[in-house]
This record gives sequence, C-alpha cells and structure tokens, in this order.
Amino acid sequence: MKILTVENLSKSFGGIHANKDISFDVEEGSILGVIGPNGAGKSTLFDLITGFTKPDAGKVKFFEKNIFGISPDKISNLGVGRTFQKLKPFADQTLLENVMIGAFVKEKDIKRARDRALEIIDFVDLIEKRHHFAKELSTGQRKRLEMARAMAIDPKLLLMDEVTGGVDQKTIPGLVELVKKLKKTGVTIITIEHNINIIMEISDNVLALDQGKRIAFGEPKEIQNNKQVIDAYLGTFDAA
Amino acid sequence: MDSKLAIAKSEPIWNTNNKVISIIAGLVILLFALPLFGMNSFYLHLFIMIFMHAVMAQSWNVIAGFSGQISLGHGAFFGIGAYATSFFYMEYGITPWISIFFGMFVSAIFAILIGIPMLRLSGHYFAIATLLIGISFQVVFQRWDLVGAASGLWVTMTPEDSWLALQFHSSKAPYYYVFLVFFLITFFLVWLLSRSKLGYRLRAVRDDPQAALSLCINVSNYKIIAYVISAMIMAPMGSLFAQYILIIDPDRVFNIEISIIVLLITVLGGIGNVWGPIIGAAILVPISEYSRIYLGGTGGAVDLILYGLILMIICIFRPNGLISFIPKNILERNKQR
Repeated sequence: MKILTVENLSKSFGGIHANKDISFDVEEGSILGVIGPNGAGKSTLFDLITGFTKPDAGKVKFFEKNIFGISPDKISNLGVGRTFQKLKPFADQTLLENVMIGAFVKEKDIKRARDRALEIIDFVDLIEKRHHFAKELSTGQRKRLEMARAMAIDPKLLLMDEVTGGVDQKTIPGLVELVKKLKKTGVTIITIEHNINIIMEISDNVLALDQGKRIAFGEPKEIQNNKQVIDAYLGTFDAA
Repeated sequence: MDSKLAIAKSEPIWNTNNKVISIIAGLVILLFALPLFGMNSFYLHLFIMIFMHAVMAQSWNVIAGFSGQISLGHGAFFGIGAYATSFFYMEYGITPWISIFFGMFVSAIFAILIGIPMLRLSGHYFAIATLLIGISFQVVFQRWDLVGAASGLWVTMTPEDSWLALQFHSSKAPYYYVFLVFFLITFFLVWLLSRSKLGYRLRAVRDDPQAALSLCINVSNYKIIAYVISAMIMAPMGSLFAQYILIIDPDRVFNIEISIIVLLITVLGGIGNVWGPIIGAAILVPISEYSRIYLGGTGGAVDLILYGLILMIICIFRPNGLISFIPKNILERNKQR
C-alpha cells in the first residue's frame, strides 16, 4: 500500500526552481533514500511534504489524504514525523523532557508519557543520558535525540534529514544500524543521505534529484548505474 | 525488561527534594505567622509589595520565560484589573471579590484580541508592538470620561473595615493575608503549569518553534494560551492594588514602569524558573521601598539606577539569574547522570 504519493510538486523561490514537477511514491514499511548534490532540493522537498514550506503546485497524498498546503502541526498529527538537517533539539531541556514533548501527542497522562519516552530513549541507546541537557550531548547523540523525539509521536512515516551528516566515522555505523532497527518497527522512512554507500545499503528505493528536478527513481542498483546520477555527482567528462 | 530501563521507570516523576518541600512549608507557616508578632505598618506594606510584584513578575514569566515572547506592555492587564474592580464597585456596588474575576475575564479577552495579530510577530517586533499597546491603554484611559479620564477613580471608602468591600482602614494585616494567599495560589498554579503537558509544550515553543511544529504543537495557539494565562494572573494584582490604595489613575496603573519592573524582577531572579520572580521581588522591592523612604517621593530614581546596575551585573555574570546561585542538586534530588 502506498503511504505517500507526490505528484508534480513544485516550489520556486524568486526565479529559482527549488523543486520542479517532482513525482514519486513510497510503499508502506519501506525506506526511500533521497540523494542529490548540494542545492538539489532535497531538504526543500522535506519541507514541502511536512508543511514547513508551502508548495506552489502539485499534490501530496498521505494514505490517500491530500495534505498539500496543510500546516506542519496538522501534518505531524496525521502521523508524519521528521528530523532536521540543522539539528533542533530543545537545548535547555533534558533528553527525557525533549522526548516527553513528543510522547504527549499519544499519551495525555504524564506518567505514561514519561514511560513511553523512556522506552524510546532506551530504543535509541541513550537511556543513561536521559537526564542530560540536550546541549550537553554530542552531535551523534543529538541525532539520536531527534530520532527519538520524532518516534515519540508514533509516526507512520518518518522523514530523516541527513542522519549521518556532521558526525565522525565511528558514529556512523551505529546510526545506520538504528535506522535499520527503526524500519523493523514498521515505520516507513524517507531519508536524505550524502553517503551513497549507506543509501544503497539501507534503501528499498532511491530518488535522485539534481537542480530541483527528479533525475532518477528506482531500486538502488538501477540508480547506481544511472548515467544522469553519475553525471550529477561526478560531472560529465568532456573528452573533446 | 532491561534493567536500566526498569530503573529509569521506577524513578519518581517529580524530582523535588523533600528537604526543600519542608523548608517551603516552614516558610509559608512563618509568612502566615509574621503579622501576629506585631509587624509595623511599613513592614506589612513591604511584604504586600513583595507578594504583589512576585505575582506580577510570575505573570510575565509565563509569557516570556515559558513561551519565549517578550512582552513590554504587560502593565495593561494590571490596569484593566484595577479599573474593572474599582469601576464596578463604584458604579454598581459589586464586591471586588466578584469583579476580580471580571477583570481577569476582560484581560483574557484583550489578550486574545491583542495576541492573535501580535503573536504572529516574533522577537523584537512582538516586544515593540506590546510596548505600544501598553502605552495606548494609558492614553485611552486618560481620555475616557466614563472611568474618570486623567483624574482616575477614587474608590468610595467604607466607614469601617469590610471584607466584602475588601477595604481595611485600621490595619494593613488583612491586606497582607489577601496578597499572601493570592501569591501562594499563583505560585502553586504556575508551578503546576510548569510541570504539566502544557508547560512542556510551552517550553518547546520557546526553545524551537519549528521543532515544536514537527511534534504536533500549534505554535500560534500555544503562544496565545500563554498570553491569556499571563494576563489572567496579572489582572487580579491590579484589582487588589486598587483596593489597597483606593485611588487609581491611568498614570499609576497603566504606567510603562510596571511593565519594565516585572521584566527586571524576573530577569534578576531567573527567567523561565518559577522561583525566579520570588527571588527577584524579594530583592528589588525592598530596594525600591527603602530608597523611597530615605530619598523621598519616588526614591529619587535611585532605585531605578540600582536596578539597572544589578541587572547589568547579573546579565554579565549570571545570565540565568540569581536562582543559578542555588545548586540544582539542592532544589532537586540527585539524578543518575
């Protein structure tokens, strides 16, 4: 079953087409990797789907419900969670408090919200850091915090912007394993990633963007050998 | 269940230190007992002003400290409370005990009316807009004949002390208790708010509105809720103040200084912390009252100079306010870290 359908989604900022006629769909329970060079429009696509930026044209359907142009809080309430490229923890609150804020969406009672937040914090392997302020955590831990906080709203679809961006090499495998662990819970994931090897390893499908346009969509192996994708990443070599 | 998770779940929800609770209970009993030891009129007045300013600062703390919106026109709600009580008592003989609630209601309505357009503004723009709104209330009331225009309202005095009319001429002790009870109720309610789902969500809005939106929080609505709660805390202080001095005018109850002082008290004590306004009021109000006594009139503005100096020192060395001098583990049980 399709959890998300995007049709001809477009957004311009002045004369620049950040996203132009983007179309794709996502199967429930799968991972869609989004790749593209800097400025390809990946984060803008996330903002359009989650309501943080109003699209100019197109359709966005979540379980057949049109969510085009709806406010971000309403979209998240439908079950669409997200993390941010530039991390946005509630810095002066503890990890537990950060995740509890998300858990309150499903749990009205403070004790149950706290228990649920603790279970999710345990899931992302940060239980010992639960009383640490978010600002005291490392980048990798803050990435886990954002995942935990987004998970706390019990999303059906989770959009993760550069899970492994800005962290050291030793931290990356743990974060990749966490994404795989997340998938096993049944949540559908769309993830932006610069590391092609990781994208190929975790994704069921890959969407490649360049200069705001979709240049390829398909299984990782197809994308890996797609000429346009190779050109976009490596540039076309002019033999003449 | 994983043992670390089990331990975490077994921790108490509220991490308040039992010793702190005992000390607070002792202080509350002491505050109720103080007037029985023959406190003179000045000290009663001093405590009344501390209680009143602590509540006013707590009101500002809700909008600025919890939801992150710096309001510079909060004195407007103080004035609305003062005028609501005095006007309805003088015109219709309605007891202040009822019109206090009317003042809260009118303040809430104005908070919604002001909040819906203004809270779309952020940061400095919201602060400037509220500053102008606060001033505009003063200007309107200075010209509004129904409420006495610039002369204000002189509350009809009862011949004797009256709990119903909330007027006490023979002693300030009853006022002391009235303000004390309001102070304690407000403090308790704001403390509950800070630990409620609403409190968590307000802090989310303050810390990062975009992240809050991604967690199903309607940021605009929560800002308005905070503004309304804040206004409803401020208004009763205006009502009680009017009954305390029995004469109100726009320059007194809509003065911009009110909005500034509640800001100073909160920042000095510790913004975003329920204890901050109490600590701030307990320090700044005596400075103001003593300078008024020793220097006459309005304190020769020495109090304001001192406020400014203290605030500069705090902002440089203790940006989290005086509350940050108290180690966290004194206020809370030690946490596993």
